Amino acid sequence: MKTAKAIRVILTVAVVIVFLVLLWEGYKWMGQKTDDHWPGTNFGLPIATNDTIMPHFVDVITELNADIRDGRSTMPMYAFLLKKAWFTFQEAAIGFILGLTIGMSLAILMSRWKVSERGLLPWINVSQTIPLIALAPVVVTWGRNQGLSDLISISLISTYLTFFPVAVSGLRGLQSPDSAHVELMHSYAASWRTTLFKLRLPAARPFLFPALKLAGSLSIVGAIVGEISIGRKTGLGRAILEYALRYAIFPERLYASVIGAAFLGLLVFGMINLAERYFMRRTREVAS
Amino acid sequence: MNEKSAISINSVDKVFNEAREDEVIALSNIDLDIKEGEFVSLIGPSGCGKSTLLRLIGDLLEPTKGSVEVFGKSAHQARVDQDYGMVFQHAGLFDWRRVSANIELPLELHGWSKADRSTRSQEMLDLVKLPDFGSYYPRQLSGGMQQRVSIARALSFKPKLLLMDEPFGALDEMTREHMQIELLRIWEETGTTVVFVTHSIPESAFLSNRVVVLSPRPGQVHSVIDVDLGKRSESTRQDSNFFAAATEIREALRAVEEQE
Ligand SMILES: Nc1ncnc2c1ncn2[C@@H]1O[C@H](COP(=O)(O)OP(=O)(O)OP(=O)(O)O)[C@@H](O)[C@H]1O
Ligand SMILES: [Mg+2]
Repeated sequence: MKTAKAIRVILTVAVVIVFLVLLWEGYKWMGQKTDDHWPGTNFGLPIATNDTIMPHFVDVITELNADIRDGRSTMPMYAFLLKKAWFTFQEAAIGFILGLTIGMSLAILMSRWKVSERGLLPWINVSQTIPLIALAPVVVTWGRNQGLSDLISISLISTYLTFFPVAVSGLRGLQSPDSAHVELMHSYAASWRTTLFKLRLPAARPFLFPALKLAGSLSIVGAIVGEISIGRKTGLGRAILEYALRYAIFPERLYASVIGAAFLGLLVFGMINLAERYFMRRTREVAS
Repeated sequence: MNEKSAISINSVDKVFNEAREDEVIALSNIDLDIKEGEFVSLIGPSGCGKSTLLRLIGDLLEPTKGSVEVFGKSAHQARVDQDYGMVFQHAGLFDWRRVSANIELPLELHGWSKADRSTRSQEMLDLVKLPDFGSYYPRQLSGGMQQRVSIARALSFKPKLLLMDEPFGALDEMTREHMQIELLRIWEETGTTVVFVTHSIPESAFLSNRVVVLSPRPGQVHSVIDVDLGKRSESTRQDSNFFAAATEIREALRAVEEQE
């Protein structure tokens, strides 16, 4: 049963990838035939199909295997990207864990005291309207003055994005038990702490995991933007920035590095899915 | 049944949203004494304050005026001492816990060992005639089965007092009658005191030693009807004493309606 399901998932993913590649190549082929016009009309295509804007998929894949220079050594592109992705993953992971901790702490605080919800929630919302690009250099400069490593500063930027969905959905989840359940715990003379662990946290899980998936993606976005604005030599963000500047010459490399970032995102998503399966294993068996 | 007092309610008023536009006088000047081991039903039109009275006894609400004593102490102390078990109208089971874990919840909070807990939850499952359902999840059970689990949960720590708010409201007639017999059996076996809210005249007549008829706006005790059917069984439902008791309750309820 379990392997059958795994095979089905892998097949679905494969079919989607094949479909997207065919779409890409079909569009490109059509554009090349009609000189970037919709067939039989003078209407231009929205995206040009030359090799700079839309390199062949095969070329992107080949590029992943091509040797490139990294400092004094040379290595295949995919190894280079893996190395970079590992740094970004570390930053994102620290950012995610910090964001989870801070977000949940805020959610618990707000669910405990109505006053703190009224005082904090507006600021939590406002915090997300500050553009990351403006915030990143501030955090980095501050971090360097405090003697923090750049890795930590980038993680903090990532935290800034991840704590938000956790805090908001966490609060909703903690407040989700209906009054009958709360009253039941009250009738047992259960303390606030006991009610939190036996009722509120378990009840919050279905609200929390979708938010964690979002937070997972955001943690990578935060890490990449952090790397770019900090000018850190390591990390995927740096690679993407360099290849973006040289896009006109090596378009395949930019696409290859973006594929790297996408894989990192999928990896994180998969890890959170596994955690969800573990923490919700008991209710999963029952169809709702 | 002995003569010691289990619940003593003295001149209790309950006002919601006092001194506001939406003020509701839910209960006014309630006096009621319930003896240990007694089975007392509360009946009355919707909104007359039955649930409110039950919540006052359970210290889930505080009286605006007057006092509620449970086993000779304040209702608050009785709640802290876990003297009562409560069954709400909706089963209120935790979805993420298996049936047995739901029954064990109060035991867990009381610090019972795992072994004792599982022994007791199995006993309780046998008692409510669901011996093989311990490892199921609540959503895999019918509404009536869930309600029986919530009764098992309330009984699991053998409380001296059982507060039940329309526990059989969601059940079909046959299951309901079956559960009534079960409840009486449990009551006789354990000797607990029961306060039972219901909308059903036959149910209150069949189950209780005394039926308290409440009148609404503001909620007051209209009359208290003694019922003496001896040991009850299925055949009691055809008994002339049973019909007489039901008729007396019905007439009291009519009088309440006409009063409005
Ligand atoms: N928390 C509350 N806030 C304000 N008013 C309330 C509250 N709880 C109950 N009331 C009011 O008190 C009155 C009695 O309510 P209660 O729930 O005790 O009635 P009941 O007899 O249990 O009715 P039913 O048979 O429909 O369950 C009603 O008028 C209701 O509107
Ligand atoms: Mg009610």
